[in-house]
Amino acid sequence: MPERGTNEILVAKKLVKHFPINRSSLFKREWVVVKAVDGIDFAVKKGECFGLVGESGSGKSTTAYTIVGMYGPTGGELKFKGEDIARPAVQRPMHLKKDIQIVFQDPGSSLNPRRSIGDILETPLRVHNRVKKGKLMEQRVVDLLDQVELPAAYRFKSPPTIGGGERQMVAIARALATDPSFIVLDEPTSALDVSVQAKIINMLMRIQKQFDLTYLFITHDLSLMRNVATRIAIMYLGKLAEIAPAAEFFENPLHPYTQMLLSSIPVVTKAEKALKPDKIHSIGEIPSPVDVPPGCSFNTRCPLKQERCLTDDPVMREILPGHFARCHFV
Amino acid sequence: MVDTLLDIRDLHVTYRVYGGVLKVLNGVNFRVGFGEKVGLVGETGCGKTTTMKAVLRILPRLARIPKGEILLHGRDVLKMNKRELADLRGRGLSMIFQDPTSALNPVFTIGQQLYDVIRYSTDVKVTDKREVALKALREARLPDPERMLDSYPVELSGGMRQRACIAFAIATARDLLIADEPTTNLDVTIQDQVLRLIRDLVEQKGTSLILITHSLGLALETTDRVYVMYAGNMIEMASTEEVFEQPLHPYTRGLLASVPRLTGGGFAEGIPGRIPDYKDPPSGCRFHPRCTHAFEPCTKAMPPSFDLGNGHQVACYLYQNGREGGRNA
Repeated sequence: MPERGTNEILVAKKLVKHFPINRSSLFKREWVVVKAVDGIDFAVKKGECFGLVGESGSGKSTTAYTIVGMYGPTGGELKFKGEDIARPAVQRPMHLKKDIQIVFQDPGSSLNPRRSIGDILETPLRVHNRVKKGKLMEQRVVDLLDQVELPAAYRFKSPPTIGGGERQMVAIARALATDPSFIVLDEPTSALDVSVQAKIINMLMRIQKQFDLTYLFITHDLSLMRNVATRIAIMYLGKLAEIAPAAEFFENPLHPYTQMLLSSIPVVTKAEKALKPDKIHSIGEIPSPVDVPPGCSFNTRCPLKQERCLTDDPVMREILPGHFARCHFV
Repeated sequence: MVDTLLDIRDLHVTYRVYGGVLKVLNGVNFRVGFGEKVGLVGETGCGKTTTMKAVLRILPRLARIPKGEILLHGRDVLKMNKRELADLRGRGLSMIFQDPTSALNPVFTIGQQLYDVIRYSTDVKVTDKREVALKALREARLPDPERMLDSYPVELSGGMRQRACIAFAIATARDLLIADEPTTNLDVTIQDQVLRLIRDLVEQKGTSLILITHSLGLALETTDRVYVMYAGNMIEMASTEEVFEQPLHPYTRGLLASVPRLTGGGFAEGIPGRIPDYKDPPSGCRFHPRCTHAFEPCTKAMPPSFDLGNGHQVACYLYQNGREGGRNA
C-alpha cells in the first residue's frame, strides 16, 4: 500500500552500494571497496521527471541499476510505492518487475542483434503474461511500434539494419510493453546526434503525459536536463551535492560543483551565456571512488576549499524551500 | 584575408564496398589560413573525418579520390610521394583523434611513444629527447611529467590520455593541428579543460587549428570560422558569430534549433528523416528530401556556393538572389 498523504513513488534513504574488488597479489591479500553509491537520500514524486546528473564515475548508473534491481544495495532503504525493493530483481515479486522498467544508453548493445524487433517486443509481453499468443500479440506489438512512431513493418527487421535513433525508439517501446508506471532512462540520447535527440526527447515527453509515467532521467548533459526535468539532483563521487527544482537549479546554483559544471557547458546563444555563472575554471579530475578523499569529497577540486572541508563531511541542508545543498559554505 | 595554409578544392572521395560505390565526399571546398581556428561541424556520417583523413592521406584502402586537390603550402598532397608524405605527417601537420585509448599503444610507455614522435619529426639530438618530451608534457599540463614518461596508457584517466595525445601533437613545431572530436568521450568539466588547453597552445604557437565536432557549442567557443557539412558537402561557411546569429541554410537552422538550451523552453521538432544512403544519394541537393523549403531546382542539381558578402557562403537555392531569399523561409 502506498503511504498515505504522500505522492512519493520512489524513496531512497541512506542508499549505499559498495563493490568489493580483489587487489590481492602473490604476496599480499588485499580487498578494496569501490564506494559507487555512498549514502544518498532522495524521493521521486509521482508524475515528475527527476533528473540525476553527474560525471562518469559519480555513481549515477549504479543508482539506476540498484533501483531496477540489477544489484541489491549494500545498505539503506529503497521503497517503491511503499514496498521495500532493496533487493535484486530475482527476489522481487513479478508486479514490481513489471512496474519498473529501464532504457539503456546504447541501443546497439541493449537489443539482441540476432532477433527481430517483433521478437524483442514480444518477450516482455510473454514473460508478464500480458497478452495471449497469436493475433492479439501481433496487434499489441504493432501498437507498441505505433506508440514510438515506427511503421508496423519494422517488426520484421533486426536491430542492426535500422538507424541509431530508431533503435532507441525500439528500446523505449520494449520498456513500455509491460505497462510500467516508472521508467529509468539511463542517458537515452547521449549516443545520438542532436537532431535525432530532439525527436526522441519530444516523444518521451509525449509518452510520459499519455501514460502518466514517472521518469528518473540520467544524463551528463545539463542543457538537456533543463528542458526535460522538473527536479534535478547532482551527484559527485557517490553522494548527492545538490537537489533543486529545475528552473531554480539553473538560476541560483548553490554548490560550487554545480557552478563549475554550469560554467563548463558549451552554449550556443547569448541569453544562455548570461545565465552561466562567472567563469569558474574547472580544475582537476574526479578522484577514483576507491580512495575517496576524507572530509568533503569535492575538496580536491573546490575553489572555496577551507580547512574544515578536509576533515568534516558536510550534510545535506535545505537552504531554500525545496532546494538542498551539501556544502559548509552556502 | 589571411594567407592560405590549406586549400581543399572540389574534393571527391568514394569507397568501393560490396554491392556498389559509396559517394562519400561530393565536391568539398575548404580553406584554412595561417594561425586560423576553423570549425568543421556536422552530424555523424557526414564526412568530416573522411575529409581530414584525406588531408593526411590515411584513408582506408577501399577509398578512391577520383577528383580534387588538397593544397598545403601550395603543394598538392595527393601528388606527393612516400618520402614527402612522411615529412608532411612528421613536421607539417598532426592530428588528435577522438578516442585517445585507441590512439595510444597500450604496450609502450608514454615516454617511449613520445620519443618516437620526437625522433621522426625533429632534428633533436638523442641526448636531448628527454628534455623535449618533458617540455611537451608540461605544455599539455600533465601533472608530474617525470612519472608520466614511465607510465603506460592504462594507468592514466581518459582526460590525461587525451592530454598525452595533445603532447604528442605539439611536441614538435607544426603548421596545422587537426583535432577530431577531441572531447567526445570526456566529461564536461574535463572537456572544458582540454579545449582551453588546445586553444591556448595554438594561440601561443601560432598554429592553425581545425576542430572537428558535432557539438555546435564547442565550435562557438573555440573557433573563428565555421564550416557546416552535410552528407559530403560543405553547405555553409561563415565567421563563427555569423553562423550562430544568422544561420541561413535550412539544415544549419534545424541543427541549431535542435540544441537544447540552458534557458529552457522545450525542444524544437528536430530534423525529419535521416542522413541519405551514400550508395544512391538523392539527386541535386543532398538535403532536399529532408528540407521543408525544397522547391523545383533543388532536385535537379547541387546548388553552388552563393557568396552573400561578409565572408558568408551558403549552398542553397533559396539564396541565389542574395540574402533576402531566405527571409520568408
